Amino acid sequence: MQFIVQQILNALQLGSVYALIALGYTMVYGILRMINFAHGDIFMVSTYIGFFSASFLLGRLLHLPGVIIFVLTLLVAMLGTAFLAVFIERVAYKPLRQAPRISAVITALGIGLVLENTTLATIGPEPRILPQVIPVVNFSIGGVAISTIQIVILIISAIVMFILDTIVRKTMTGMAMRAISFDKTVVPLMGVPVDRIISITFALGSSMAAVGGILYGIAYMIDPYMGIRIGWWAFISAVVGGIGNIRGAMVGGYILGFVEIFVAAFLPSTYRDFVAFALLLILLVFKPTGILGMPVVQQKV
Amino acid sequence: MDRKVLTMLLVLVLLVSFTACKPAAPAEIKIGVNAELTGGIPVVGASCKNAAEMAVKEVNDAGGLEVGGKKYKIVLQVEDNEDKAESAAAVAQKLNTAGVLVHIGANASRNAIPASTVCEDAKLPMISPWSTNPKTTAGKKYVFRACFIDDFQGVVAAKFAINDLKANTAAVLYDVASEYNKGIAEIFKKTFEEAGKKVVAFETYTTGDKDFSAQLTKIKASGADVLFLPNYYSEVPLQVQQAHKLGYTGTIFGSDSWGNLELIDLCGADCEGLFFTTHYAPDIATPKAQKFIQNYEKTYGKTPDDVAALTYDAFGLAFQAIQTAGKIDRQAVRDALASITRYEGVTGTMQFKGTGDPIKSAVIIQIKGGKFTYYTSAAP
Repeated sequence: MQFIVQQILNALQLGSVYALIALGYTMVYGILRMINFAHGDIFMVSTYIGFFSASFLLGRLLHLPGVIIFVLTLLVAMLGTAFLAVFIERVAYKPLRQAPRISAVITALGIGLVLENTTLATIGPEPRILPQVIPVVNFSIGGVAISTIQIVILIISAIVMFILDTIVRKTMTGMAMRAISFDKTVVPLMGVPVDRIISITFALGSSMAAVGGILYGIAYMIDPYMGIRIGWWAFISAVVGGIGNIRGAMVGGYILGFVEIFVAAFLPSTYRDFVAFALLLILLVFKPTGILGMPVVQQKV
Repeated sequence: MDRKVLTMLLVLVLLVSFTACKPAAPAEIKIGVNAELTGGIPVVGASCKNAAEMAVKEVNDAGGLEVGGKKYKIVLQVEDNEDKAESAAAVAQKLNTAGVLVHIGANASRNAIPASTVCEDAKLPMISPWSTNPKTTAGKKYVFRACFIDDFQGVVAAKFAINDLKANTAAVLYDVASEYNKGIAEIFKKTFEEAGKKVVAFETYTTGDKDFSAQLTKIKASGADVLFLPNYYSEVPLQVQQAHKLGYTGTIFGSDSWGNLELIDLCGADCEGLFFTTHYAPDIATPKAQKFIQNYEKTYGKTPDDVAALTYDAFGLAFQAIQTAGKIDRQAVRDALASITRYEGVTGTMQFKGTGDPIKSAVIIQIKGGKFTYYTSAAP
């Protein structure tokens, strides 16, 4: 019993990170019908922004308490990553908006490589750890170990996902996003500033990746290539949940987290990717649009 | 200026540069280094490159290497294998074509094994400083190494767990995708179980994983006395920290892939008091080793790790073999390398018994106060 509860906690921790990154894939796909393969690397860059701002803040003589440094780091990383994503969108994707969709996807792959190799060349290949701004305390409740880091990850990702969901569902901007996703040609005629909404979508999606990045950074280590694998798993999460659907991305993220942990817990870990991808294939055979996804045809009616 | 004049000028420039590139007599020996400068273990590559440059500089500063009554300048060609098996093989191929006399590297077994196949086929003498997997040299005539092999290291680790840590049950978590980790984990298990003890958890992961909580939860539930982590310094801190977070309290220990000071930076207090088996300990060094350590510290501002020391020894072996051979010829150098029976290196005395594998002692290091300190030795 303890064993299962412990593994569920492990899975929730990992699933939160996948869910946060999957949001970026799903939002961009929802609005542009394009898979932003640079998203995993944007996530990677966010952890480095967090690393440098946390190190900078810790080095000051202000003696800020760890919690404030953590919140500031989170905000700086979210802002910095949002600017980076909007910049990439303007420079690399916007000129291709009328081009075949494959061009934008290839550009995204290229941007990912540029981000990886720029980080590699300027910061170096060594793995790094985020400064410990949150004191690590390990509790044991009925034999189940929980650390402060785990609690922070679970709570913050839940709050942030709730806020995003509210923005998309309840605000005018969110309504505009959903409208563009529904029909990109008619919506501008209603006076919706499409370019601005697309920028906001990129900014929001990437700041979610930054939250994921900082939470990942305090639990694990960061390196220039970390975005590749995590990015793939998050992308699969988005597909499993139904790409284009925000709640689907969250569900998908947690499902992938559970698959990864439970396969390793009950089978040799070498089976992990095999089982995960087999599940994905089976799911897509029976429900090609993912768990919460809607068929595209329906939207075009 | 019209086009003709421009073309003529271009041809002239090319001709001049060609003749300028051609040295009159090649009084040089080229040595190639196949190192992990980027990828998963960049510090290993950096140490290897640093030590290689230092070894070559020492010889060149002394006027060059005297071979058959003639002085030769050593030229180094360092190539990055990105810590990938296929790149390591490609680098070996490239160095072979570039006409190096000896191939030093690769360091990690997962890169050294493919590189060794290329060198064996090309009849190019290769010395790996750090690859401890038996497959690197097994059945090969042109491949040598400067370190002991995992068959020995796994046994040392198992004996250490039984005798010094008084363990009855052990758990192992290792990278199943990497030759080195897998080899040593299996030998550890075999030796430990032959002594009548039990390996209660034998868990795996794949290179690049960052989350080990599922496996470590299993290991904690198994109640193992000790946890053996024969993994690279870039992953061990995460494994140790996650084990502690999950409430594992047994002693954790590892192998020579821990032997990098980066480990302490990444791991912090979590690694305090842990042990690992390795090639040498700076605090019990011989005079020759002391001199090497001092020079290295003066040049690079840090203590040399085991990769640096072993690379230096690999160069020492290469230089001695070239001198014994008495001529610049790969076959002769290979024969000279194979005939070395004893070599005093900075990592201790190596004895060769007709194979590419030296017989040498291992040391066990404890991490104490943020430093690697000598704990005990284990003779073969």
